[in-house]
Amino acid sequence: MLGLIVNPVAGIGGPAGLAGSDGAAVQARAGARGAASRAAERALIALGVVASAHPGTRVLTVAGAMGADVARAAGLEPVVVAQPGEPTDAADTTDAARALADAGASLVLFVGGDGTARDVAAGLGSDAAALGIPAGVKMYSPVFAVSPRAAGGVAAAWLAEGGLPVHEQEVLDVDEEALRHARVEPRLFGTLAVPFRPGRTQARKAATPADEHAAVRAAARGAASAIRPGVRYLLGPGGTMTELARRLGVPKTPLGVDVVLDGRRVIAGASEAELLSEIARGPARAVVTVIGGQGFLLGRGNQQLSARVLRALGDDPLLVVAPEQKLIDLGGRPLLVDTGDPRVDAGLAGFIRVITGPSTTSIYPVNAPEHEGEGHAP
Amino acid sequence: MSLPVAPKPALRRFHQASWDEPIIFELSTPGERGVLVTGIEPGVRDAVGDVVSELPAGLRRQAPPALPEMGQMRVLKHYLRLSQENLGADLNVDIGQGTCTMKYAPKVNEQLIRTPGLTAMHPLQDPADAQGVLEIVWQTERMLAEISGMDEVSLHTQGGSAAIWSNIAMIRAFHEANGEGEQRREVITTIFSHPSNAAAAKAAGYDVITLYPDADGYPDLEALKRALSPRTAAIMVTNPEDTGIYNPAIKEWVDAAHGVGALASYDQANANGILGITRARDAGFDVCHFNLHKTFGTPHACGGPGAGANGVSAALAPFLPGPRVAREGDRFVVREAGEQSIGAVAPFFGVIPNIVRAYSWMMALGAEGLRAVAEIAVLNNNYLMKKVLEIPGASAPYATGRRRIEQVRYSWQDLFEDTGVTSEEIGIRASDFGMHYWTSHHPYVVPQPFTLEPTESYSMAELDEYAAVLAEIAREARDDAETVRTAPHRQTVHHTHHDDLDDPERWAITWRAYQRKYFGDAAA
Repeated sequence: MLGLIVNPVAGIGGPAGLAGSDGAAVQARAGARGAASRAAERALIALGVVASAHPGTRVLTVAGAMGADVARAAGLEPVVVAQPGEPTDAADTTDAARALADAGASLVLFVGGDGTARDVAAGLGSDAAALGIPAGVKMYSPVFAVSPRAAGGVAAAWLAEGGLPVHEQEVLDVDEEALRHARVEPRLFGTLAVPFRPGRTQARKAATPADEHAAVRAAARGAASAIRPGVRYLLGPGGTMTELARRLGVPKTPLGVDVVLDGRRVIAGASEAELLSEIARGPARAVVTVIGGQGFLLGRGNQQLSARVLRALGDDPLLVVAPEQKLIDLGGRPLLVDTGDPRVDAGLAGFIRVITGPSTTSIYPVNAPEHEGEGHAP
Repeated sequence: MSLPVAPKPALRRFHQASWDEPIIFELSTPGERGVLVTGIEPGVRDAVGDVVSELPAGLRRQAPPALPEMGQMRVLKHYLRLSQENLGADLNVDIGQGTCTMKYAPKVNEQLIRTPGLTAMHPLQDPADAQGVLEIVWQTERMLAEISGMDEVSLHTQGGSAAIWSNIAMIRAFHEANGEGEQRREVITTIFSHPSNAAAAKAAGYDVITLYPDADGYPDLEALKRALSPRTAAIMVTNPEDTGIYNPAIKEWVDAAHGVGALASYDQANANGILGITRARDAGFDVCHFNLHKTFGTPHACGGPGAGANGVSAALAPFLPGPRVAREGDRFVVREAGEQSIGAVAPFFGVIPNIVRAYSWMMALGAEGLRAVAEIAVLNNNYLMKKVLEIPGASAPYATGRRRIEQVRYSWQDLFEDTGVTSEEIGIRASDFGMHYWTSHHPYVVPQPFTLEPTESYSMAELDEYAAVLAEIAREARDDAETVRTAPHRQTVHHTHHDDLDDPERWAITWRAYQRKYFGDAAA
């Protein structure tokens, strides 16, 4: 069954030039500037696609502006399982996501941006799949459909086919206060299981990994063959690193940096200080993947791998591992490093070798963020 | 008064034939025969003896094969019906298979290859009795040597990827012969080179390094310099790339590779845009290959056999696959593969019917004609690009605004973001208009890709018609996305289920395997 959560203030801060809509104060300022949320309008487009394929479908949702109103307007039958407070806030979204999963929703459509995705992930966990209908200001997380119409198409296919394959995708959010001071610092807040429609008649000219999981496994396999005895590996966060740890036979802290030496995890969830003391014991390298859709290698979600740590690692500090698709998804934009130390960043800028599979690597450009936006766009 | 000939609408009201035709095994009637074979005459039997008993027991069938039993007329109908359920190169404007290079394979060449002088030949025939066909092989090799600038050419391989495999196998043998086999373990390619280069290098045991385009969408020379080292065995690149973009610094690429002692291998499978204009050897390449079925007017033959040609510099010539045809005085002889040769990659001398077709195609055109092929192919492509880019939602990422050579990898990303309709869905919908396209090699570096390659074969009217079909489908995507998404509507087959092809437990490539897997052992 479908679930629906609308963040009725999603995107309100965008047109108001407030770089986001998180928090009651910003929402009030946006309202004062005459801004209105387009969440309901965008939700209606998506649900319209669902309704035309499956008229009168019952949708588990939240009372009023958080779902029931727009579901009814689209010609679907709302089944209210959660009551928000007045005015609504982030906790309502988290509570609603939990209530929808408990009520048996298999796919939760949510309307909003990264903040909404983060609140949904907090409530939903891995109990149901989720898909974002894009209506926010910040949408760094790869959990949104490309358009409301596309989201509706996926939801309709989900109903028609009784489910679809899902990808585990990262939920990222930036600190809006920092963003207002022109700093983009997305952090990893969790993951959602996001459905996708596989190709119907995929042209088979070349053998390709059957799915993203296979691509991640291939990249991890390539990385595993680069692991040498006697070297401490500082495994950063992310699904690819978790898969690498699995191949190496060690447990992995999902969002932390773990130190692995000769097939053993010597520290879990290490701090910067712990990393520095480990590096002092012998040769070491940091192993990182491409975080989210923006191409950060360092400085986003893995701040433990600081400038001091990078300096301590020496001339060849990084082993970068990512499925080829992560590079492709950058659409020509460079990989980014932001350790906070311009000299360390400059030392990493240029080109870096990315392990994409067994015996396959790609050479890809790396920029420091002050150069972000330069070059390598199609 | 109505016209005796009804005017035709701007877009064809195409509909594919659909015969609900059973599998031929299901049409079998026990005892029915197409040909009644006469018994062996006593004189023959006496002279030849019992042939079957001389076969090893393991090769002898215990029971006759379970072939369908049918009269000739029913067989004819069966296959004609199946042929009507196809959308082949001789029916549609087949420009949607970009990088495959579908072009006209002149029908007169079919007559040539069916002459008894060719059909009765055997590869083990005494060369004294095969001078004509050996000369055709030799002459064709010399023409391809002239076209590529290379010193020696072999027509031994049976397809493009086999030729690319031969390229890397020769490179490996070259480095091993120089004592650098252990040291040179890496091959560099670009993300828009044909993926068979990366695949062949990997199959040959190399580590493959892939480069991405630079800020302007061209192959990135700086990235290449970063990747090159004494470990590099070769660069293996396609040019123009699969995007249709020609690498303007190709000479610098080759020089940079040579600078670290690596070889340079040129994928010219599709040389349609450069015939008579540029030559691999003039840019310094050591190795190149052609696909006769892409550039030289021979059919693709439903996935094979095609025909490959490997061209090499004099330094690489000892490594060419063999056997080879050589000229001694005014005679043509067969030489077995030499000591340094990579040996046989395919049986005998190559796919003779395709070599004869390509020979005929080149001889009919002459040098000026070959150059005209390239010029028309490039003009056709740039004419079509202008028409396609006028369609709202279509774009040509990388080197934006620059001309392309013989093909373009376009993108429907803008249309997809507006409508949710994918390139794949548009390609399927195109078949409702009697056209089609495939999208691109995987991975999809260009988002929502489609790759069009008009070649020299298609007329302006046909290109206009093709562009009009795309424009109409793009309009449908905006006004009536459901029609596109649920396409095809006028085809023999609706949707195919690729899961059946991806799962070894389910795939069935013979009738017997199908019976066994889906109906149990008893049925088989």
